[in-house]
Amino acid sequence: MTRAFSGRDSTELTVDRLGRDELAVDDVRIHPETLELQARVAEAHGNAQLAENFRRAAELAMVPEDGVMALYDALRPHRSSPDELAALATRLDAVPAPRCAALVREAADVYARCGLLR
Amino acid sequence: MSRDERVGRIRFMDEQRVNLDGFAHEDVDLGLVALASPYDPVPSLVVADGAVVEMDGRAAAEFDSIDAMVARHGIDLTVAEKAMALDDVALARMFVDPGVSRAEVVRLVAGTTPAKLARVVALLRPAELTIAMTKMRARRTPSNQAHVTNRLDDPLLLAADAATAAAYGFRELETTVPVLADAPSNAVAVTIGSVVGSAGVLVQCSVEEAMELEMGIRGLVSYAETVSLYGTESVFVDGDDTPYSKAVLAAGYASRGVKMRVSSGAGAEVLMGGAERCSMLYLESRCVSLARAMGVQGVQNGGIDGASVAGSVPGGVREMMAENLMVMARNLEACTGNDALMSESDVRRTSRTLPILLAGSDYVCSGFGSIQRYDNMFGPSQWNAEDIDDWLAMQRDWGVDGGLRTADPAEVGRLRRRAAEACRDVYRWLGIADFDDDHVELAVDAVGSKDLGDPDPLVVLGAAQTIRSSGLGSLEVARALQECGYDEEAARLLDMLVARVHGDHLQTAAIFDEQMRVLSLVTDPNDYAGPGTGYEPDDARQAEIDAIRQARGVADLRADQAEHASDRFTVIGPSETGTDPREVVIGLSPGVGRTVWRALSGLTVVEVLRELLAGLEEEGCRGRVVRVASTIDLGMIGLTAARLAGSGIGIGLQGKGTALIHRRDLPPLANLELYSMAPVITPELYRLLGANAGRHAKGATPVPARNPYTDEAIEARYHTSVIALVALERACVDGALGTEDIEVRL
Repeated sequence: MTRAFSGRDSTELTVDRLGRDELAVDDVRIHPETLELQARVAEAHGNAQLAENFRRAAELAMVPEDGVMALYDALRPHRSSPDELAALATRLDAVPAPRCAALVREAADVYARCGLLR
Repeated sequence: MSRDERVGRIRFMDEQRVNLDGFAHEDVDLGLVALASPYDPVPSLVVADGAVVEMDGRAAAEFDSIDAMVARHGIDLTVAEKAMALDDVALARMFVDPGVSRAEVVRLVAGTTPAKLARVVALLRPAELTIAMTKMRARRTPSNQAHVTNRLDDPLLLAADAATAAAYGFRELETTVPVLADAPSNAVAVTIGSVVGSAGVLVQCSVEEAMELEMGIRGLVSYAETVSLYGTESVFVDGDDTPYSKAVLAAGYASRGVKMRVSSGAGAEVLMGGAERCSMLYLESRCVSLARAMGVQGVQNGGIDGASVAGSVPGGVREMMAENLMVMARNLEACTGNDALMSESDVRRTSRTLPILLAGSDYVCSGFGSIQRYDNMFGPSQWNAEDIDDWLAMQRDWGVDGGLRTADPAEVGRLRRRAAEACRDVYRWLGIADFDDDHVELAVDAVGSKDLGDPDPLVVLGAAQTIRSSGLGSLEVARALQECGYDEEAARLLDMLVARVHGDHLQTAAIFDEQMRVLSLVTDPNDYAGPGTGYEPDDARQAEIDAIRQARGVADLRADQAEHASDRFTVIGPSETGTDPREVVIGLSPGVGRTVWRALSGLTVVEVLRELLAGLEEEGCRGRVVRVASTIDLGMIGLTAARLAGSGIGIGLQGKGTALIHRRDLPPLANLELYSMAPVITPELYRLLGANAGRHAKGATPVPARNPYTDEAIEARYHTSVIALVALERACVDGALGTEDIEVRL
């Protein structure tokens, strides 16, 4: 069984329910558990990095659309100060999104050395 | 000699289309070098305490952001020591050795640095690249991707063209916009068209990164591709991104169940003046290594926007194929270029693509322009709408699967109408735009957007703004399809949304087949290990590849011939030898006037006879028509006629139109005049042949008619008809029947 972000079982995602206007956006959104499952599949097929991406995605699945957009924007070159990236990582820790937080901290180090901070 | 004094042969060569292409001298300082630059680093990898402290000659403290991401995440340190120690040639040989599995190559390559992998694939010669690609691509079943765009962003035409592309077999459709704000409308229109055409077609709308992500998250598109990587940090930053921002983008797409690949390719850094004196292959190896490090499932590369730059230098086309192979070797989905047009020459663009078509790829083209060149808002593609039949013929010629199939012409018409109507109905139901019936009609029949007249561009813009501001997504589009009576299409779109919940299509190299089964590295892994293994089209797919709509058999030709049948031929009786010295006999082959009615030139056999007889009459001779039932050999037919003629001169005529003049004392294979080029013989030439036969009958020596000449591939055009005509004629051969006089009502 696969459940959608909303918790609804995927077998319930039918055209009949569509016709009755019973399906909402979160019924066709992926659940973090499913991304974890896909991460294990990727690992088993020789791609640990893809697995890691799916695990970061599982964390971001809990983050609203504008939060994802803001995270992307913060990591573009010359957008963020060291303090802003540190604060962003802390907020991600609270989601909890520890892998994304770690990536932001790693980026902060690299950006500092490469001159990519604001 | 100055340039103006070049001889004709050179002036003639200068005029050929290949000379519209730009060819550059290698220039290392500008990065105009394909496979290897003296400034490419020597491969190296130093690991201390489980961390990379030096990579490709650079110490960790000097790493740029690309090095940093690759060194930290992209190299499998458990095999790195072994892989880096391998001799370049030894590793290169593993790519083509059927005794070494794909999995083993993938395992070792995971431990290589960018410089190492570039050096290894640079050793592979073109035929070896082809074998290596056959073995190393991730997915067993090849497929193809199409561009579906138009210069007006016209939704009805986008929908009709998306349905058409899906009908031809493309499993991914990529759209983009000339007007950025139109993007949401294009995404919706192509999505509607895709589900009309086929179940399981992935759709993306290529625009600026943030807007593309927004559309992905909202469910307006099902995959993303325009996530560009570059091989140098300076160019990366000029593109307003870093490896880390792109990594977050990758996770963002996956977080909403949207498939995503990155885009890179030779020439991009050169075009932006930032190649840092490195070879294209090495810079691209950095991109591919980075893609793997970031955790994306696939890469579109092989030139792409820089394809013509790569194509301008020695070995550039080979470099582009080597790029694709690096993606496969890093265990990623390969979308193998053949995208932006890299040459004005049909020969060069075929040369560039053919090895990849033969090898098979996850997507042979990362954008076959399924629409008109002028409508391709990515710019003209390497392959375009006018090439679809060529592609189908090439697949058939080589017996390979290039991802396309023949769409029945009537079905294309039906699907285009349904797509345009569905799009019109959905836009109306959602209250985002209203298109009239005339617009639908124009879109259905349009070859391209120039056939649509001059629609109001604000209508599309308004629709797009409404979609974006209302937050409308594919769920609402599915609902609208259902409300408007497009139940099957609604179900297909819902299936695509449900697929996101399962996420199986996020795995490497995933496509959906028409039964919505996911084909990917996981479910459909490439198992090539030499002859007799790997992908072969199954019987149904092979039949699809073979059955192009132009193919003809004897039955088709018999039907074509029957359309010209008439009652103008009447058998009088057995032929006797004539005595009139002015009599010339025209001998017909066995099928003429029975099953064969029209010559290859398009003239009917009656028209041909009318001219021959008129020519004889001009010379004061009398023509008699007989049909020789015993042979299809034209020499024997002509000789038989000559022996029956009072003058001793005969004309032989085969149903396909080949004709000769014969004389009764000549050996069968000799003749006085022969028209061998049946497809290009005109009425005037048949009349001249008749007149010359009359002159021979009178004992004169006429000037022989010259055979008409053509430089077209006349044999390719007519050989299948000739074979079928021979079959029809042979079926009429009757040795017992003898030769009969025929009355032909002209």
